[in-house]
Amino acid sequence: MMSGAEMVVRTLTQLGVKHIFGYPGGAVLDIYDALFEASDIEHILVRHEQAAAHMADGYARATGEVGTVLVTSGPGATNTITGIATAYMDSIPMVVLSGQVATSMIGEDAFQECDMVGCSRPVVKHSFLVKKAEDIPTVIAKAYHIAATGRPGPVVVDIPKDIVNPKESHPYIFPDSINMRSYNPTVKGHKGQVKKALQVLLAAKKPVLYLGGGSIAAECSDLITAFAERLNLPVTNTLMGLGAFPGQHKQCLGMLGMHGTVEANKTMHNSDVILALGARFDDRVTNNVKKFCPNATILHVDIDPTSISKTVSADVPIVGSVKQVLSDMIDILDSTGESLEPAAMASWWSEIQVWREQKCLSYAKSDKVIKPQQVVEAMHRVTNGEAYVSSDVGQHQMFAALYYPFNKPRRWINSGGLGTMGFGLPAAMGVKVALPDSVSICITGDGSIQMNIQELSTCMQYGIPVKIISLNNQALGMVRQWQDLIYGGRHSHSYMESLPDFVKLAEAYGHVGIRVSDPSELDEALEKCFSMKDKLVFMDILVDQDEHVYPMQIKFGAMDDMLLGKPKAE
Amino acid sequence: MRRILSVLLENEPGALSRIVGLFSQRGYNIETLTVAPTDDPTLSRLTVTTVGDDRVIEQITKQVNKLVDVLKVSDITDGDHIERELMMVKVKADTTALRDELKRLSDIFRGLVVDVTPTTYVIQLVGTSAKLDAFIEALRSEAEIIEVARSGVTGLSRGEKSLRF
Repeated sequence: MMSGAEMVVRTLTQLGVKHIFGYPGGAVLDIYDALFEASDIEHILVRHEQAAAHMADGYARATGEVGTVLVTSGPGATNTITGIATAYMDSIPMVVLSGQVATSMIGEDAFQECDMVGCSRPVVKHSFLVKKAEDIPTVIAKAYHIAATGRPGPVVVDIPKDIVNPKESHPYIFPDSINMRSYNPTVKGHKGQVKKALQVLLAAKKPVLYLGGGSIAAECSDLITAFAERLNLPVTNTLMGLGAFPGQHKQCLGMLGMHGTVEANKTMHNSDVILALGARFDDRVTNNVKKFCPNATILHVDIDPTSISKTVSADVPIVGSVKQVLSDMIDILDSTGESLEPAAMASWWSEIQVWREQKCLSYAKSDKVIKPQQVVEAMHRVTNGEAYVSSDVGQHQMFAALYYPFNKPRRWINSGGLGTMGFGLPAAMGVKVALPDSVSICITGDGSIQMNIQELSTCMQYGIPVKIISLNNQALGMVRQWQDLIYGGRHSHSYMESLPDFVKLAEAYGHVGIRVSDPSELDEALEKCFSMKDKLVFMDILVDQDEHVYPMQIKFGAMDDMLLGKPKAE
Repeated sequence: MRRILSVLLENEPGALSRIVGLFSQRGYNIETLTVAPTDDPTLSRLTVTTVGDDRVIEQITKQVNKLVDVLKVSDITDGDHIERELMMVKVKADTTALRDELKRLSDIFRGLVVDVTPTTYVIQLVGTSAKLDAFIEALRSEAEIIEVARSGVTGLSRGEKSLRF
């Protein structure tokens, strides 16, 4: 027998939860009181609940485990909404436990009351309002099960205060297994469809493998690499799929889409068969769907049936886990020994080679001003490409995605779907908490970093020495780029006129701040930054304000309609 | 095209709001909606009529199916089916001539007069939505309609085909 509050903590412990990111308040004080005794769970007190959700998110992305958030009712809960939506868009497993006013007060506009189940409904995979204390273990166990299985996603568990009353005792029954008659995600792809897809692929003359975030969630990078190597397939990754296949592999064409490489977008556009694994043909990939890859037969593998034929119709749809489907395909290849026609593949690769030789990522360096691309390249050099890189949103995000090749999955942590500024720092903290021995970088800009900069204080309290690489161009770079290209250079409200002194700010929070503006000092400064292993270092790197991210797809065009540099003034 | 989707879902608080929310969130239409528990009280059956081309309907079906509370979804307009809607109409009936005419009209449509006062009738009618529309049109030219309540469409597939858990 124990109280509801004790049940919450006991259930989390039994589920193997090691870290909680949270913030106490009236409705969850009983749970916090029970947590005070728990020795197996470390709680990180954040400075803003949005950041708690992003930390749990970064934690989940780096490890594949479910991230856990605990917040109070009302504003505590609503502050997590952006973080939940971010996780939802990128299919990240997360459980958010929110306090709620006592059951008898629900609906009375009580102090700090908010309908969290209603508020979060459009951005959760599922949600629960706990009705009885006895239900706590089962409900929370179900929440973790739903968050982690099928297409992962965030789950909210709203817990009214009376349910966790420490003065009442109830029997604690932890469920042996989770069975839900209405929830049984399909994992194994349909045999006939798998066979059919493989036949189409083997008959291709110009195939391409298109990997999305689902191929990372499926935990099967080895299988993907083995499959791609065996068939000598060109491979491209979405922003969410970076690292699912080694970025420096000779068959890797880099990222595709709006800021994709020439070779990736051209290969897609000219392909005759696309094998999409855990990708969702997002608008930032396809450009105009009417002009999308006109000659391609589309083989689409996804664990979520709604992702298939949502924007682009699949010719051979397969609902199932990427891992399961690929291993079935490899089994078939093993038994038949079939392969693609070598002559056709040689000619396809030579076509691709011509696009590669355009070297679309080349840029002009200067000895006066630091180019943002060169910061990312230097960062890659200094960290041997082994760092976990969490990104905010904007130009720096695209530069990092293009110039820091990821050879392993789960190293690239970014808000791809929702595009949440303020994600980077807390996400990098979540990574560092999960993997204390790793190098955890937050690549950011002067705009994004200010959206959750208060977490520098949390870093000090818990000793979370992330490295902040801020590409400071004193402007909202990506907004400015669009204004340059589409709005005739009218920089409406995209200029940051009163930036703080970031070095002093870092120091005020007890960290180290380093400013660099001279290109010749960049490498040395970065080496210094990464040599201070136990320190949070805030690198305020002043970069060229006028630099744009290229290539860039031309709106309403085909995949391969791209600008490769600034248009010449007329 | 108009479609009728039948949905079997957990009879839990909040389950209905997830379905309604999904429709508005993704910009799908709800023309009519009915819901009630089934012979198994732990399950509800919901019938929704919506419009969209094949692709939209496919997405709606898949999205509804994806909801954790939903057990099964079926587009009953895919095959032979029966659909019915119930309507009650309150009309002004304050002269003998009018009362005779309303009764006659109701009989033609196989409706029932279920409430009578010195000045009003309530006529109940069951049928397809088109039949109900036709009755309203016919009434309009004869009498003053005071109010109308329609249940929304419900229906079943014909024959062996069924939506059960």
